[in-house]
Amino acid sequence: MSLLAKVAVRRGDFELDVTLDVSAGSVISLLGPNGAGKSTLLAVLAGLLRPDAALIELDGETVIDTVTGTYVSARHRRVGLVLQDFLLFPHLSALENSAFGLRSRGVPRGTSRSVAASWLARLGVAEVADRRPRELSGGQAQRVALARALAVEPRLLLLDEPLAALDVGTRPAVRADLRRHLAEYDGCAIVVTHDPLEALVLGDRLVVLEHGRVVQEGTPEQVTRHPLTDYVARLVGLNLLRGSADGRVATVGPAAVVTLAHDAAGPVHIAFSPAAVTLSPHRPEGSARNAWAGTVADMERHGDLVRVTVDGPVPVLADITPLAVADLDLAPGVAVWASVKATEITVYPA
Amino acid sequence: MTRHSAEARVPVLFVVPAALGLAILLLPLAGLLARAPWNRLGEILGSDGVLTALRLSLLTATLATAICVVCGIPLAWLLARGSFPGRSLLRGLVTVPLVLPPVIGGIALLVAFGRSGTVGSWLESATGTTLPFTTAAVVIAQSFVAMPFLVIAVEGALRGADRRYEDVAATLGASPWTIFRRVTLPAVAPGVLSGAVLCWARALGEFGATITFAGSFPGITRTLPLEAYSAIGAGDAETAIVLSLLMIAVAVAVLALLRDRWMVRG
Amino acid sequence: MPRLAAFAMHTDRKRGVDVGVLQRLLPIGVHCKGVAALLAGAVAAFSGAACSGAGEPDRITVLAAASLTEPFTMLADEVSDDGDVALSFGASSALVEQLRAGARADVLATADTRTMALAVDAGLITGDPIVFARNSLVLAVPAGNPGGVSGLADLARDELRVALCEPQVPCGAAAERMLATAGIDARPDTLEADARDTAGKLALGEVDAALIYRTDVTSAMAIVDVPPEAEVVTEYLVAIVDGASNHRGAEEFIAAVTGATGRRLLAEAGFDTP
Repeated sequence: MSLLAKVAVRRGDFELDVTLDVSAGSVISLLGPNGAGKSTLLAVLAGLLRPDAALIELDGETVIDTVTGTYVSARHRRVGLVLQDFLLFPHLSALENSAFGLRSRGVPRGTSRSVAASWLARLGVAEVADRRPRELSGGQAQRVALARALAVEPRLLLLDEPLAALDVGTRPAVRADLRRHLAEYDGCAIVVTHDPLEALVLGDRLVVLEHGRVVQEGTPEQVTRHPLTDYVARLVGLNLLRGSADGRVATVGPAAVVTLAHDAAGPVHIAFSPAAVTLSPHRPEGSARNAWAGTVADMERHGDLVRVTVDGPVPVLADITPLAVADLDLAPGVAVWASVKATEITVYPA
Repeated sequence: MTRHSAEARVPVLFVVPAALGLAILLLPLAGLLARAPWNRLGEILGSDGVLTALRLSLLTATLATAICVVCGIPLAWLLARGSFPGRSLLRGLVTVPLVLPPVIGGIALLVAFGRSGTVGSWLESATGTTLPFTTAAVVIAQSFVAMPFLVIAVEGALRGADRRYEDVAATLGASPWTIFRRVTLPAVAPGVLSGAVLCWARALGEFGATITFAGSFPGITRTLPLEAYSAIGAGDAETAIVLSLLMIAVAVAVLALLRDRWMVRG
Repeated sequence: MPRLAAFAMHTDRKRGVDVGVLQRLLPIGVHCKGVAALLAGAVAAFSGAACSGAGEPDRITVLAAASLTEPFTMLADEVSDDGDVALSFGASSALVEQLRAGARADVLATADTRTMALAVDAGLITGDPIVFARNSLVLAVPAGNPGGVSGLADLARDELRVALCEPQVPCGAAAERMLATAGIDARPDTLEADARDTAGKLALGEVDAALIYRTDVTSAMAIVDVPPEAEVVTEYLVAIVDGASNHRGAEEFIAAVTGATGRRLLAEAGFDTP
């Protein structure tokens, strides 16, 4: 069950123009900042929003073609939707919620309920079958919502921030479960999220959306190792610079050069982890080829470490220990030198 | 900062106007209670005229409410969700019975449905029936004045409903009717119910349009308010007072019963 | 539809407020003492009239039967150029009930002898009531006689729409007498609580026949003859109310009613004057 979608939507100033090609059975993690158009895209795919121009083929069937005027309504599209707030029908029990799609299609009550019950069991929430949505925990509600969507065997499954409504503590377990269920599901699935870990865990491929356009797509490894935009870089926690390389040296700005470990030529992205950055009060001596002067702009706890934002000709993020912060007497406005070993730098064509 | 519940700081300026408002509401009731002929209460309440009027009132008010619900919910849906030219004008027209003096409403009904009315004369030539002076006319008059209550309540509830539930239901394969029946309607049920209660209470108390359009005949068109009016005209103040108290009691009972159960959850 | 306004509203006459409607809807008589004064006073204030003429010189309050609305209003206009005549119209029996409940008034004019007798028996009247007009009950039909009514016997026809007054109000009592004398078992479709309401139904063309006062007949209606022995004539009486605050003003008003101006206006309205 594959999906091929070319979608264009115009809403006031905002323009969405996206092409997606999802092979059968795979899971796409759709990443992007707020306002990038992720929810708009999901709405078009689900049949809840009419696009200005689109060609969508789901499992070989043309679902929307604005050129020929074909438009299959949401009701007949067989697209499953799981939203951040779950939106379980409050006056129905978990079982009745899950059976809703089947009953709406005319399946007799008994059959619907037993199919629904088996789905609830498969997702591990059989015991809440008779409870009302308000009596369920976040994790239970999410699974019931998933069961409700899967019970009608959709060709495409859309999940909009599926874990966002859960406690941080329960997320890892539910995330792992969701990964398992998505792997068992044989249709295409698109998971919208702005949590990078979620995207990396759940998706076979990542698609990054910014301002209505796809700015990067690829496997999790490809994207995290070679982020193409600031947003992606920040998301995966890397420093990203853009420059022009000529041999072992790349120029990233006026009077700002980076020494590389290997030759490169032409426009390049330069990426290195904040953990690879060392800060010192004076220009460091030693084997690190890259050292830049700058001023501390901001400091913020980052797990056990402190992430220091350094402004200057080469702006960088550096993760250092609190002890080091105290030793160096770092504070906003203090001048520092940041240095990185060339071997810690990844370079790839822009 | 935590809020402590008890100490409501009532502005002193509110006390007098509030007391005045309360007086306007309660003093007539107190007057009725004071002047009621308590010793004749059973006799009056058990009299033929009163019992007949009571039965007729309950029947017509309930029928009128049923009509308002069946016709009003789709109308409210169109106003809340539809997009057609003239929608705001239509919404304004629906509320006209609220501001129209009921007697004028009755005259309007006569002009339309009376024997020589636009629809009425056609009705008479086509089926031989006329509407004035029938119980059906009472139900029509009551529906006319009470429908806005239901439409407005349901329209408000529909506007406030979260449409995403309906979106999800559509993706699950539900037809528009199924969505309305199993998702939308349960969501707006409290609004529908409170609208229906107001509708019923208004229908029960309707006087001007009824007496103008339907006339006043015992057992056929003389509802409780008309019975009270007739009693006053005949100089029988005691019966009029008893009927007034009866109507207030019925209204209070219905409103109190429903307020606790449904409106709190509203 | 000339009668429509009157029928619909029973409302604002030029002099004073028509507290009549209010009095009919509140079983408690409107008077300046007691609990209802608050409510009535507020309403009266909005309508721009004072409470029923209590204690003010040159001001009188007249309670009169509804069918006297036009003649009395015009009379009040013509005779009082300085003082105020507060007129209040309604069904005669309701007016008596108000007086019984303590309403303040100076003059009472009823549409029949029986109601005035009730008032006298209740000690509400000073002196002797005077007959000042007569009204007869007629069988009226809309112009063109759509129901094909030729006499009282037609009132028993089921398919006809017939309007009568409530038996307990004067025009209803008169109708009962007329029908009883003629031996007719009428089939009314509506029993209105007021003579003008009954006439109104006829004026609107909603009924084929009605027994109404001659004075309520309009040019849009026609009169069908009834047997002379069945004719009912009601006498209108006027009297001074016991405890009237403006005795002299009351006398003057009654003199005007029975005098030349009053007789002219009453005749114009269709009444017979003695």
